[in-house]
Amino acid sequence: MPFEALVAGCLAYVALMFGVAFAADRAAGRGKVRWLDHPVVYTLSLSVYCSAWTFYGAVGYASRSGLEFATIYLGPTIVFAGAWWGLRRLVRVARMHHVTSIADLISARFGKSNRLAGLVTLIVVVAATPYVALQLQSVSLSFEVFATDGLSDIRVAGMQGTALWVAAGLALFTIIFGTRNLAADERHHGVVTAIALEAVVKILAFLALGIFVVWGLADGPADMVDRIHRTATDPENRGWLLQPDRWTALILVSGAAVIALPRMFQVLVVEAADEDRLATAGWAFPAYLFAMSLFVLPIAVMGRDVLPADANPDLYVLTLPAQSGQNWLAFLVFLGGFSAATSMVVVCTIAVSTMISNHWLTPLWLTLRRRPQSGDPEDLRGFVLNARRLAILAMMAVSWTYYQASGGTAALASMGLVAFTGMAQVMPAMLGGLLWRGANRQGAYAGVGTGSLLWMLMIFLPSLGIDGLLPVPPEVDPLAFAILLSLAVNTLAFIALSIFGMPDPVERLQGLSFVSAVDPIRHSRVARGVDQAEPLLVMARRVWGAEDALRFFQTEAALQGKSGYLPDLTPGFLTRLERRLAGSIGSATAHAMIDSVAGGVKLTVSDLMQVADEAQRAKEETQRLENATAELARTARQLHEANDKLTALSVQKDAFLGQISHELRTPMTSVRAFSEILKNPTLTPEERSRFAGIIHDEAGRLTRLLDDLLDLSVLESGQARLSVMPVTLHDLIDRALTAASATRPERHFRVERDPLAEYVGIITDADRLLQVLINVISNARKYCDAEHPVLIIRVIRVLQGGAQIDIADNGSGIEPARQALIFEKFARLNDPARAGGAGLGLAICKEIMANLGGEITYLPGQGGAAFRVVLPRRPPVPSDAGWRHRA
Amino acid sequence: MPDILIIEDEPNIAHAVQFILSRDGWQVALHGDGLGGIEAIRGAKPRLVILDVMLPHRSGTEILAELRGDHDPSIAATPVLLLTARGQAHVPLADEVLAKPFANDDLRAVVRRMLV
Amino acid sequence: MPDRPLFLERASFRRRRLGDAARVMPVLALLLVLVPVWWMPERISSAGGAIWLFGLWAALIVAIWMLHRTLRRADATTLRASRAITDPRPDDHAV
Repeated sequence: MPFEALVAGCLAYVALMFGVAFAADRAAGRGKVRWLDHPVVYTLSLSVYCSAWTFYGAVGYASRSGLEFATIYLGPTIVFAGAWWGLRRLVRVARMHHVTSIADLISARFGKSNRLAGLVTLIVVVAATPYVALQLQSVSLSFEVFATDGLSDIRVAGMQGTALWVAAGLALFTIIFGTRNLAADERHHGVVTAIALEAVVKILAFLALGIFVVWGLADGPADMVDRIHRTATDPENRGWLLQPDRWTALILVSGAAVIALPRMFQVLVVEAADEDRLATAGWAFPAYLFAMSLFVLPIAVMGRDVLPADANPDLYVLTLPAQSGQNWLAFLVFLGGFSAATSMVVVCTIAVSTMISNHWLTPLWLTLRRRPQSGDPEDLRGFVLNARRLAILAMMAVSWTYYQASGGTAALASMGLVAFTGMAQVMPAMLGGLLWRGANRQGAYAGVGTGSLLWMLMIFLPSLGIDGLLPVPPEVDPLAFAILLSLAVNTLAFIALSIFGMPDPVERLQGLSFVSAVDPIRHSRVARGVDQAEPLLVMARRVWGAEDALRFFQTEAALQGKSGYLPDLTPGFLTRLERRLAGSIGSATAHAMIDSVAGGVKLTVSDLMQVADEAQRAKEETQRLENATAELARTARQLHEANDKLTALSVQKDAFLGQISHELRTPMTSVRAFSEILKNPTLTPEERSRFAGIIHDEAGRLTRLLDDLLDLSVLESGQARLSVMPVTLHDLIDRALTAASATRPERHFRVERDPLAEYVGIITDADRLLQVLINVISNARKYCDAEHPVLIIRVIRVLQGGAQIDIADNGSGIEPARQALIFEKFARLNDPARAGGAGLGLAICKEIMANLGGEITYLPGQGGAAFRVVLPRRPPVPSDAGWRHRA
Repeated sequence: MPDILIIEDEPNIAHAVQFILSRDGWQVALHGDGLGGIEAIRGAKPRLVILDVMLPHRSGTEILAELRGDHDPSIAATPVLLLTARGQAHVPLADEVLAKPFANDDLRAVVRRMLV
Repeated sequence: MPDRPLFLERASFRRRRLGDAARVMPVLALLLVLVPVWWMPERISSAGGAIWLFGLWAALIVAIWMLHRTLRRADATTLRASRAITDPRPDDHAV
């Protein structure tokens, strides 16, 4: 096959992957996740376990060590045999805590300690780098197979850069589809769908090759068994004799790796929508592994029989079809290997970069910048995303450098085993944490620490050629010895320190939640009061952006039976908020951030006893009782809110009459006094005209007040006539800004708008809407107390038609206690900054919006006073038309 | 030293009262806010204070209560005419109460009665 | 409805025994894979051993499949039966 065709095919394949990922992301964005969430897609995505090491290396492994290669796939099969009670539980607990990575899981279990997460991340990075380098090497090797015959120097030079180009392309793919947004759950539909497709290519390629080898090169299964028998019994092949200790150690390690490898944890746990899909994956994933392993031995034996003795066994899968002139088959196999390598690199990089950003960069940045209320509210979200992108680039660069420096000579299998054994060191802490309430942080540190130190000395450094650091008894296999010793010391240290150490209260609480798989309860006493919810909203905004944060807070408030955006700080609300935040930035950071804002008080042991009691009881109570209690609490809260409002309203009602009287009498006093003065004949003409002017002004004020009152009563009775017409919001906002500039004209406001977004057409009463906009903008001009006042106007088109207009200033905003009252009549009672009107403006706005079928609300936590005007695409049909429809 | 201090936030009303009373020959001073009202009384030591009830920041009744509790007995005893827009006829601690809107002659009569 | 609670009892009893089977499955698989290699490594290393191993593997996959299918059905039955008896409302906490 010509080299150009190979490159072109490869590029077309890459383009297909980008397209699939893009389409899946778009579908997920539109909420069409049904087929994306299918158990089959999930199972196929698990096949990222079969990296290039499997695809090329398994045959090489088999040709050197015979049946031993199967250990790598038997371990996962045994783990998945226990999927129903083991993995399902793991996924359920991890989803419950919105865990983002294996480091996050361990840190969350052991008291939300970020240092522990940092340590696990370190092991992950050290173990994963050579493994990613291995994938780059395999792609580069497979290119060379096609390029051996008759190539010019230019092509050879071009091929030297293969690994670099592949690394760059994969970094691009990962950044585009892996760091799109900072969702509250770390799922990447585009990536998962693309690797599911790659899984299909992988298995088809391998099966096709296997069939070709057994029925094309050999004379069917019987002949194949003969050939295997001959090779296995060949006295030259001592490597093919199975060693029980290696066999056991490798099954153990690969069983651990299928859970603990960063890429496996990502697809198995983090990307899982729920734990039910494991019922399918429990048998389907072992079946996939079975199919991938079935032809490994035949291909290895055939390679030895047919190919020259100096051929690299790691490349038999490519050289066998190429030698036999099967160019298309060779190309398909090449694509399969390419798929295996790329999918592994992409998922691994996403997982590792999440860990690096959540457990290294973000905590570091938060400690360095101890600014509680930063001026730029978007900074954290942007920082975390950029940290991930940086981590992806760094990871690729380091892996490529490692590949260049190591020269890529080591056999594929040995490099893969280094990563497997490294990640297996995390398993005792993880398993212990899930099954044993007594496991604690000191134990986890000791176990992970000693285990990974031994791994470093006995496996990792020897793989780099630094040997003989620890003596190994000559009669045992060094790898099996290292695996069993490190895991045994690891487990013993973990158990010993757990027994003698004492966990802190947060840790005991998390332990209870993980081991009993009950919902975690956040228990830190916080100062009561509504004004505490607002700083939390500001913080959530920094992580999720304004819209998502507002939506979450509104839902939570509605759950408590409250309107608006500020829920009470119940333990339930704080728990859910912390877990959602943990889904974006890791549990340790989320915990620390909420504590710093809500002023959490340190948990004491007596608190803990109380919580443990509560948790135990809650577990035993029937679902119905829980529902009833929640319902009762919701009703009580609603009643409470209604009562508060009624009390406030009745006080206001009394004030209303007094206020009306005051508002009418004040201008009348001036009118009466000056008209009597005017009767005096001795006045100068200037005095006369000045006094007449005052009378005129005050009469006008009286008229305006009466107009407003009348307007309000018409609107409230729902008899207002709307003259609806199509309008463009852009024009209306222009007119409102011009009209409102008459209010305090001496103040210069900088207005931030996005004119393009404002071209939203809706059908409404333009004059009424204009009245609302003018009122809100005038209020901002009146009350915004910033030195350099800024007015921000944002128009967003709503999905179901209609629009919302956010108008915000940069002043000090409205204090929470008054936010609930500003839309009431004469709310401006005793307001120091009374400026002209009678305090009916926002009450009228609220009624107008109700008449237009929309609403106007105050948005807390936006850094200043902010109002949101929500408009439907058209106003509702008057009620008499509705009657006719029903009749 | 003025005869009369007017504490009233509506400038038009304040000017009307000032105009009417100064034509009767009284020395009249103005203060336009509840804030610092008591300090204005202490500084000006007027013979009569005309006080509006609905003032921004501090209401007239609050100022009145503080005035009556002043440690200087001569200031604490200053006569006060209260202007109210709520139609009350009597307010504790105030010497006289005048409901808004009032007839100019009533105002002049009350002031004359209080000062002479 | 005297026979309904009896049905529930039987269903949940069966469901619990199936759960035990699911726990035994990985242990059994591990033993089947490990013991022969410790016992007679030479025989397993040959072609016959490979055939035996892949046969075992395939049987294991079928066993997991059947177990999971039965477990899901048993779960659905238990859920429906218990819901019909104890709670007429749809269970909104089911995931």
